[in-house]
Amino acid sequence: MTSLLTCKEFLGWLNEYLDETAAAEIRSLVESHISTCPNCWVIHDTTKKTLQVYKGMEPQLLPPEIHNRILSLLEKAALEKRAAQSD
Amino acid sequence: MPQPEAPQPEAPQLEAASPADETTLVHQAKAGDLAAFSELVTRYEGKVFRLTRHILNSREDAEDVTQEAFLKAFTHLDGFQENSRFYTWVVRIAVNESLMRLRKSGRRPMVSLDEPVDTGEDEMVRELAVWDETPEQKYSQEELRAILDQAVDSLGPIYRAVFLLRDVDELSTEETANALDLSIPAVKSRLLRARLQLREILTQHFKRKGDDILAYL
Ligand SMILES: [Zn+2]
Repeated sequence: MTSLLTCKEFLGWLNEYLDETAAAEIRSLVESHISTCPNCWVIHDTTKKTLQVYKGMEPQLLPPEIHNRILSLLEKAALEKRAAQSD
Repeated sequence: MPQPEAPQPEAPQLEAASPADETTLVHQAKAGDLAAFSELVTRYEGKVFRLTRHILNSREDAEDVTQEAFLKAFTHLDGFQENSRFYTWVVRIAVNESLMRLRKSGRRPMVSLDEPVDTGEDEMVRELAVWDETPEQKYSQEELRAILDQAVDSLGPIYRAVFLLRDVDELSTEETANALDLSIPAVKSRLLRARLQLREILTQHFKRKGDDILAYL
């Protein structure tokens, strides 16, 4: 029913398309755009791959000495909290 | 019909951060259970550290801010209304601490996550090279991590935070907006720009070699 997307409109829908939150009608407009516009196909494909390489990234651990420092500071804070409550 | 305890090797692993579990821990912590709060720290400290390290561009500052954020969260736990996930709440504290620190240090006196974005997305696209099928396999884990980290750090702090929460931590748009105190449209426009900018940078590393050769002919 609607006319085809321009390249700029395609960019406007790219997030929703990649997140699979675009309505079916938008989805098919995006798909027909990228099947006829090689540049936007590349943008779509490489943006999708960008998200894929980042998705599996595990955070590096917080150094154990900092982890332990936090836990011991928490213990101290807990004692202070309890002391304040029992007053 | 519920089946008797048959082993189900394909069954999904229990999510480390299943919301119900988190709520229980928060309630236990509120009731004074320090072990429960420590469990929340263990669960989220790595993510908070990663986020603050990228915002602050300093490992040491990020260690301090991560520590500060969890201590503050503990001290103010009674004030946590549980309208959002605990993680979102801690991120909010950590981001505020980070921004305060940046302002104090004078490194970025005007930093705010709410700076207007210039919306020339179409000008954001310059690289149109196709990537290798599995470009990441050409690199070791450490090399890949360095490439990805550097790419994120080359974004402005606003974009870094939005991208990490939304696309790496996989928070929803609403949760990201909540954690960063941004509107939903602001999260969306920043996310698009961040994604397109990262795509540009990664293309330099991941583009198909043949295309390079063609470019020199
Ligand atoms: Zn196009």
